[in-house]
Amino acid sequence: MLNIARIPLPALIGIVLTSLFVLAAIFAPWIAPHGNAEIVSDVPWEPMSSAHWLGTDNLGRDLLSRMIYGARITLFIAVLATALSFSLGAILGFSAAVFGGWYDTILSRLIDLLMSIPTLIMALVVLSVLPSNVVTLILVMGVLDSTRVYRLSRAVAVDINVMDYVEAAKLRGEGSAWIIFREILPNALSPLVSELGLRFIYAVLFLSTLSFLGLGVQPPDADWGGMVKENKDGIVFGIAAALIPAAAIAALAISVNLVADWVLNRTASLKGGRG
Amino acid sequence: MSSPIVKLVAQRVALGILLLLAVSVLIFAGTQILPGDVAQAILGQSATPESLANLREQLGLNQPAYLRYFHWLGGVLTGDLGTAMSSGQDIATSIKDRLWNTLFLAFWAAIVAVPLAIILGLIAVRYRNGWVDKLISGVALASTSFPEFFIGYVLVFYFAVQHQWFPAISTVYEGMPFGERMQAIALPAAALTLVVLAHMMRMTRAAILNVMQSAYVETAELKGLSAFAVIRKHAFPNAIAPIINVVMLNLAYLVVGVVVVEVIFVYPGMGQYLVDHVTKRDVPVVQAVGLIFAAVYISLNIIADIAAIVANPRLRHPK
Amino acid sequence: MADTKAKPGMLLDIRNLRIEATVYPPGEQPKTITLVHDVSLTLEKGKVLGLIGESGAGKSTIGLSSMGYGRGGVRITGGEVILNGRDILKGGKEGFRRLRGREVCYVAQSAAAAFNPAHRLMDQVVEAALLHGTATRAEAEKRAVALFKKLSLPNPETIGERFPHQVSGGQLQRVMTAMALCSEPDLIVFDEPTTALDVTTQIDVLAAIKDAIRDTHVAALYITHDLAVVAQVSDEIMVLRHGRLVEWGGTRQIIKEPRQEYTNALVSVHEIAHQEQTPGTTPVLSVKNVTAAYGRSHIKVLKNVSVDIFPGQTLAVVGESGSGKSTLARAITGLLPPEQGSVVFDGRTLGNKLVDRPKEDLRQLQMIYQMADVAMNPRQTVGTIIGRPLEFYFGIRGSERDRRVAELLDKIEMGKGFVDRYPAELSGGQKQRVCIARSLAAKPKLIICDEVTSALDPLVAHGILELLLGLQKEEGVAYLFITHDLATVKSIADSIAVMYRGEVVRYGAKSKVLAPPFDAYTDLLLSSVPEMEIGWLEKAIAGRRMASAGN
Repeated sequence: MLNIARIPLPALIGIVLTSLFVLAAIFAPWIAPHGNAEIVSDVPWEPMSSAHWLGTDNLGRDLLSRMIYGARITLFIAVLATALSFSLGAILGFSAAVFGGWYDTILSRLIDLLMSIPTLIMALVVLSVLPSNVVTLILVMGVLDSTRVYRLSRAVAVDINVMDYVEAAKLRGEGSAWIIFREILPNALSPLVSELGLRFIYAVLFLSTLSFLGLGVQPPDADWGGMVKENKDGIVFGIAAALIPAAAIAALAISVNLVADWVLNRTASLKGGRG
Repeated sequence: MSSPIVKLVAQRVALGILLLLAVSVLIFAGTQILPGDVAQAILGQSATPESLANLREQLGLNQPAYLRYFHWLGGVLTGDLGTAMSSGQDIATSIKDRLWNTLFLAFWAAIVAVPLAIILGLIAVRYRNGWVDKLISGVALASTSFPEFFIGYVLVFYFAVQHQWFPAISTVYEGMPFGERMQAIALPAAALTLVVLAHMMRMTRAAILNVMQSAYVETAELKGLSAFAVIRKHAFPNAIAPIINVVMLNLAYLVVGVVVVEVIFVYPGMGQYLVDHVTKRDVPVVQAVGLIFAAVYISLNIIADIAAIVANPRLRHPK
Repeated sequence: MADTKAKPGMLLDIRNLRIEATVYPPGEQPKTITLVHDVSLTLEKGKVLGLIGESGAGKSTIGLSSMGYGRGGVRITGGEVILNGRDILKGGKEGFRRLRGREVCYVAQSAAAAFNPAHRLMDQVVEAALLHGTATRAEAEKRAVALFKKLSLPNPETIGERFPHQVSGGQLQRVMTAMALCSEPDLIVFDEPTTALDVTTQIDVLAAIKDAIRDTHVAALYITHDLAVVAQVSDEIMVLRHGRLVEWGGTRQIIKEPRQEYTNALVSVHEIAHQEQTPGTTPVLSVKNVTAAYGRSHIKVLKNVSVDIFPGQTLAVVGESGSGKSTLARAITGLLPPEQGSVVFDGRTLGNKLVDRPKEDLRQLQMIYQMADVAMNPRQTVGTIIGRPLEFYFGIRGSERDRRVAELLDKIEMGKGFVDRYPAELSGGQKQRVCIARSLAAKPKLIICDEVTSALDPLVAHGILELLLGLQKEEGVAYLFITHDLATVKSIADSIAVMYRGEVVRYGAKSKVLAPPFDAYTDLLLSSVPEMEIGWLEKAIAGRRMASAGN
């Protein structure tokens, strides 16, 4: 079983930081000292003080409270987009690998096509006509990113599908359900789980980029990327407020990366069986 | 050059052209996916019937989609990218300078990033599992987690605001002296370099390591060749193709990074032009610029594939 | 210091060699393991010492230590390696570089991987000689061409112009030998140079290597797991096990009068008592005029193949790689539906495709694979693996199932304690045993065994063969035994089918197939199986009527 003492330090840091972000997101209304849109100061960009730990933002709102609510919005959208991309990609990838034939060919060529355009560019093209709301955002992010999950899960399943133990099951006369759920899935799980972490990071970064470009979450709500946009004009005056949400994004991405890296190493070093 | 190579390269190029056509369909279709009326979405709920009708006319929405596509494609192929809805300007004319600016920026970023990434990758392999390697890997892991704007604004904050060595806003204009232009793009180029460096370095390291672990490298070592000679004569010729591949893939990534970096530094390039017009919902501009970005991206991928084909001795010297 | 002075004529003197490596077991602290425990050996100029042992015996590690080289994290931590009168371990990196490729050269198991794909063969062959300045380019190339001739390579004048991928595996192995000889070293380390080759190609390469060693008076360390092979080329043989010396002696003494039990086991590994059974009247499986091809390819992998297998008997299908023997198994199981012909099982014609076959047909025809590690789901326990056929075919569950699993484990000579183990926790032989139990659980009439022993060490393989024969007596199951190893065939088959390029070229009862007069291919195949006899190689080469496919 999992033994906390045996978790390497980087992974432990990753787990602790990630949990902090998640807790902040869940309990935002109880933790945040001020409301998300509440203006607490007449001057923009008040410096850090005991009253406002991180200072205030471009409209005089409490930056710490904005950050905490921003965590909520950022994580909410990123988690849903990841869930969408993962379920869509994995289901299509697995079925393509197992059924093969024209279904696989058509689906794979379509995904190739979609992946031949940089994700950000395609997202910008689509967002130029779609309404700006959270649902659109999640759908666009999820669908575009599902291509990568599709590639991976199809590749993993194809590899497993040609293993002798799957052939042995087919020769025994087992049905598709047994082969997918009992032979292939347990062996595909560990690469997929660590990919889940990477996809989540990508979703966070992608969402932040879109919001930074003004195409993501719309004001007065703001995710961390949107907060960078709100406060970026302060930079030239030497006001670092924009760097705080940007650093938070980096910190979240690094900590999830550390956890994913550890999960990958842990499962890759086991040939199977326990763990 | 023997015939199988020519054939394979020709095939790859033909496939690329086909792909580009398919991508143009996809980009066109991407702006048509809205369930309702594009004109309505663009103008919003408050639009008057007249302005809606006007916009429909202007967009050619009264024609079926496939006709509009062929019309658009025909224009693109003859160099006519249409006119911008928001300003009424000819898109091709507005793009010309911006494309040049973007390529100029990307070029200098690549000039710095590519050799640096390869050298760092080599160092990481040479001192594999040592502290240098671990440091490089750690920094690489961290910087792949940084959003582009984090890197960009940290550079601005330090080099433009606190020290004022470089301008925070990269204004360039026609006829600008080369030296000033270089100073203007120093920070965005540095940001772009940092964005792709880590990725490129990690992939270079993996590519070289893969070659270094092959049996023929052991053979060379067992002939008594020095470590340097082993790398130069035996590892390098086989590592070229994967490294070119890595470089091209990352240059393609740079194409994307440029969008954000241009916005950070208010640099008059294609990326900023695209983002501006997405916000303005100016569909013809978005289509045109999106297609150009996709074309650059696909071309770089084709070059990577061709490099891999040409560098493969099995294909160069068939049985 | 007097001690390090070597005797005249002594080329290599390894004393108390200790080699260690650091391993990183998952979730544990890295630990140091000892691969070679204080092994000593000496080799005179111009002599050949065979190093033999199973995998993990440390034989390659010892061989490479004579060049001061360790693969991966392997380190020489103790002892002396005295080459030409000096301890090379004291020479440092520069010292190693000066001796590698000049005094000692290396011939790898897979020449295909050991040659750089980007350079022409000649450039690689002369590289070491040029590097160490032992010859000018013209001299070295002249020498190389002469060596190509000596090693009977085709077109010796021009073969050097080729790239590695343009030359066959057997030829490449000889080019690698020429590469080692080209710098006129004192010692060559041959690391399993013929193991990756087909049996009929192996003997040509072996003969070429032997001639070259004799004519150039080079000394050699010849590393292999095949005692019969090493007996052909060595003056002395050293038997190793788990990194320790077992026995060291003259070749004749080792193969004729082994003093250690382990050596004796290696020598007598192919001797299995098996009385040939006469064919019955009604076969359990009849393959009738089967022709098959992959995809829509016009190249037929099986051409009009017909064989019969009788209840409780073993049909061995023998052939080299590409002969179509594994394709035959795929055609019988329905994985590759034949284009023509039919498979009749127990009196009824089987459906061509797997999906057309009823469960009962599937149950009665089981299969065991070559690579036991990938034939079992790594996420299932031994109990699940063996128990599944019981559930699936017979609907046996719960305690009854557990009882039957225990019974089967008993049959394969493994205890009840293995029920909860995962495949990764088993040894190679144990894995194959579990696969056997899984197929037995279905109570089949026929088991197809596809190269089931070729990935195993000889002694382990021997155990598996004995188990299979024992089970055949108990259960009356028939085997279709696919192999490239004629020695195995001789010990277990009742009838034999020899396959060559998709056709059955010789078929019948074992005693008939293995008795003259032979057709050309069977003769070649039979004469290529190394026998544990000194001088066998020369006799075999002299008596051949047909060139092997690898040339």
